[in-house]
Amino acid sequence: MEMLVASAIGLMTATGLFLILQGRSFPVIVGLTFLSYAVNAFLFAMGRLTVDRPPIITAGAAYTDPLPQALVLTAIVISFGMTALIVVLGLRGFLETGSDRTDLSLADAAEEHGPAPAGEDARRERDGAARA
Amino acid sequence: MVLWLIPLLPLFGAILPALLIRSGRDVCANATGFVSLAALGLLLSQAPAVFAGEVVRVSLPWVPQIQLSFSFMLDGLGFFFAAMILIIGLLVIVYARFYLDRADPMGRFYAYLLLFQGAMLGVVLSNNVILLLVFWELTSLTSFLLIGFWRHRADARQGARMALIVTGGGGLALIGGLLLLGSIAGSYEISEILARGDLIKASPLYLPALVLILIGAFTKSAQFPFHFWLPHAMAAPTPVSAYLHSATMVKAGIFLLARLWPALAGTEAWFLIVAPVGLATMVIGAWIANFRDDLKSLLAFSTVSHLGLITMLLGLGTKMAAVAAVFHILNHATFKAALFLSAGIVDHEAGTRDVRRLGGLVGLMPITATLAMLATASMAGVPLFNGFLSKEMMLEEAAHTSYAGITWLFPVLATLGALLSVAYCARFAIRTFLGPVRHDYPHHPHDPPLGMWLPVALLIVPVLAIGLFPGAVAGGLVALTAGAVIGGPLPDYYLALWHGLTPALVMSGLAFAGGAVFFLTQARVDALRRLFPRPEALTLFEAASNAVVVAARRVTAWFHDGSLAFYLRVILAALIAVGVYAMASAAHEAGTRAMIPVTLPAMVAWLALVVACLATMMWHRERLTALVLTSVVGLIVALGFVQFSAPDLALTQVSVDVVTTILMLLALNLLPKTSPREFSLPARWRDGVLAGLGGLGIGGLAYAVMTRDGTSIADYFLAQSKPGGGGTNVVNVILVDFRGYDTFAEIIVLGIAAVAIFALLDPRLPAGALRRVRALLPTQESGDAHPPMLVVAARAMLPLALAVGVFIFLRGHNQPGGGFIAGLVVAIALMLQYIASGYRWVADRKRLDSQAMIGAGIGIAGLTGIAAWAFGKPFLTSTFGYFTWPVVGTFELASALLFDLGVFLTVVGVMVLSLSQLSRVGQSVDPLPTPEQPMDLPLAAAPPHPQPREA
Repeated sequence: MEMLVASAIGLMTATGLFLILQGRSFPVIVGLTFLSYAVNAFLFAMGRLTVDRPPIITAGAAYTDPLPQALVLTAIVISFGMTALIVVLGLRGFLETGSDRTDLSLADAAEEHGPAPAGEDARRERDGAARA
Repeated sequence: MVLWLIPLLPLFGAILPALLIRSGRDVCANATGFVSLAALGLLLSQAPAVFAGEVVRVSLPWVPQIQLSFSFMLDGLGFFFAAMILIIGLLVIVYARFYLDRADPMGRFYAYLLLFQGAMLGVVLSNNVILLLVFWELTSLTSFLLIGFWRHRADARQGARMALIVTGGGGLALIGGLLLLGSIAGSYEISEILARGDLIKASPLYLPALVLILIGAFTKSAQFPFHFWLPHAMAAPTPVSAYLHSATMVKAGIFLLARLWPALAGTEAWFLIVAPVGLATMVIGAWIANFRDDLKSLLAFSTVSHLGLITMLLGLGTKMAAVAAVFHILNHATFKAALFLSAGIVDHEAGTRDVRRLGGLVGLMPITATLAMLATASMAGVPLFNGFLSKEMMLEEAAHTSYAGITWLFPVLATLGALLSVAYCARFAIRTFLGPVRHDYPHHPHDPPLGMWLPVALLIVPVLAIGLFPGAVAGGLVALTAGAVIGGPLPDYYLALWHGLTPALVMSGLAFAGGAVFFLTQARVDALRRLFPRPEALTLFEAASNAVVVAARRVTAWFHDGSLAFYLRVILAALIAVGVYAMASAAHEAGTRAMIPVTLPAMVAWLALVVACLATMMWHRERLTALVLTSVVGLIVALGFVQFSAPDLALTQVSVDVVTTILMLLALNLLPKTSPREFSLPARWRDGVLAGLGGLGIGGLAYAVMTRDGTSIADYFLAQSKPGGGGTNVVNVILVDFRGYDTFAEIIVLGIAAVAIFALLDPRLPAGALRRVRALLPTQESGDAHPPMLVVAARAMLPLALAVGVFIFLRGHNQPGGGFIAGLVVAIALMLQYIASGYRWVADRKRLDSQAMIGAGIGIAGLTGIAAWAFGKPFLTSTFGYFTWPVVGTFELASALLFDLGVFLTVVGVMVLSLSQLSRVGQSVDPLPTPEQPMDLPLAAAPPHPQPREA
């Protein structure tokens, strides 16, 4: 069973790494989700694998290590916060520049989606929209 | 105690002029003067002790681990310099009040000046080399600000930058040198270092330490070949030039040489390096000064020359030369500050400071001319002025110096320096003040107000008094200071006007005669000089710094090309390399822990995960597919948690996955639905190999750990969970009790993330973005945005889901569950309403504000923690008790439950806020019809529907 878990962790890591090396924000976000899975599973595995011994105190039972579980539990929730923030950052970037590329060459973005309303123009445009 | 205040008073007092400038220029100048005066008063209150031979010390540990302490020391040398800094500072403050133009920001000027004064006082009073370094760098920085005070002028900015680069670079060398010195001496306290001179001089590290310290001192004091920055620093306002670049800051290097004289001087290396550098600086500075037409530039090079003179004296290493050096520091400070201030007056009144356009000013501004010519006479070394006395002492010392077996070198070059000095002094005085009166000045020159010439006059008083009665006026101070420099008994000397017919007097005579000749032939020498190529420091410096900038830009452009993929690739490759190295340099054995046998369901799940991962890599460009596959993987991870005794984790993972998927779907609605093919096939293979190696490393590591036994601190938590925390679900007890602090910080982070999301997503999109996003919307949409079955089911399920949430919350302390999971379940139930009935419908009916929920959650958790204080326990200490109610029976209540309630509220608020904000944006892009009346359950009377803005 350890082999299966270890290989699954490895494969999830590899998938995550491959995706974050892509040049668009959405695959990068998906890749980060994969990496979160992998890291959480890795941390969990540091407590060794135990079957049928949840850390719920009952008379005279043996238990698995609760500490990695507690750490991973908060890690899962925090990863949601991180993912949500990055999704929104990526979305905002796309709305501002018209491109979801993860490099800064705005010239390319302009080629792809037409001129990007950046900086001053965008602000003026938005102010105009707000007044309308 | 008083000693600390002397440097701190100006440093903190610098805020006063910056604030008081609103009350007017006089108030501002008075406040500045008052700060300096107070510091001077404090210093003078220590004078009796210092003159009685005491060394006043105070010390307060700062970072004891690196032997850094706030320790100050006031001995003769420190007192001498501190007095000079404060007295000349006061005169400059008065002068600047009248010098600065109405348009100049005076508050800023005085603030910088006081900062500089404090830093400089810190340098001369520090008794710890590291503290000294801190103040040393502060003087470089404040000098930068003061030189660049007229920031609209290009030459000021350039001069400031050059000064900062040269003195700051020297400061770096000095750091190395002083740290070496401290480690040789075994202490960073200067008083300790000075007492261990023999130990230091015998150390093999003596030479490197010496060279580094000398680089620091030479750059600061503008010694050859670092002298070029000082003339460019003259772009500063004249009070700054007078204060920093003649009287104080440029003397910091010399101060350092004097301060460390007992520890470093007296060796062959010291003499061979310091003395010729000083001599060369003296001659070169004086030579260049003769060909400068700008008064301030002329004075700048003469300052370079005089600093060289002092350096040479210190470099000779004899006690007599050290006395002469101290005496000349005093004399130079008086006459040179007076000269700079006079040059400032000339510039201010005549509108030019070009020697070629000046002349005959003695008739137009007699007071200034008289004062300036007296100071010039002293600088030239005319008898009856103080400059004469120290110059004679210098020539006397030089006459007896033989350098590397050459006996004529020092006497001849010293005489040459004196000769050139006479010549430029003559040029300065005669060309400016004497000769026929000119009438082609830009302004009408006349004597300035009292406030401007009085400081000059006050500086001339010691020039004459010391010149006439050296022993009586300056004898005590020089003896005190020189005693501190030498750190031992003083040599036999007396300060007097007439020493008989000494070699020095002969050299002096030669210098006057030669200087007169040189002055008369200056124009012809200049013409001859112009035939030879002369290296221009500014162009060389600019070329060098530009080359560095270009190189740095190239490196930056290569490394920092704006591509996230490139950075991550570099980081990943580096991490893999480190991992491979670590793996290769250690021994490996197989683990011995017994493995769990593989079961069929586990095998199936594993296969599904492998397929999902591989498929994601293959088809990630279809974004919706990638999202679906991601949730498959998340589900299998949750199953894994179930399998390996982690029910809490499984519950959390499943519910978070639901929320994450909804969130990503909402975002995807506004984003392109596919990714274009970005990289070529070889590039994709390269990324694949990198990712594969990374995965292999992590998987291997996990495997290695899992097949070995280890120790854990878990036993403590397992044993204490019930008796200490009052709960049987150890994971939950850890979260809300043992590690409650972590959880508290975590919900704060979550709250911050949610608020950031709220702030980042403005639903009012700019028109351009709106157009682009609308173009991405799918052309085909489902016929019914809000299917009645879904609406009815979602609404019917809401109370049920809320009840489940409460149940999970309440049982959390003892059984799998708790605030996190309950919060997620409730959040999902609420989101389902958004999905089923649309954003607008829910928003109209929502009673609880998500942001208020986040605030309340963090607040409740925090207050629960604080409540522990009321019982004298540390923050977040929990308690619990058992209560018996009739009917209900005995039950347990723990304060941790209240904390968990905070967690619950925060989680619900964060989830709902993030997703509703996203759907709000979606709503503004693609306004869906709000459900009409018949579709609503008849019980709820729908309020009027505000139409979406775009409609």
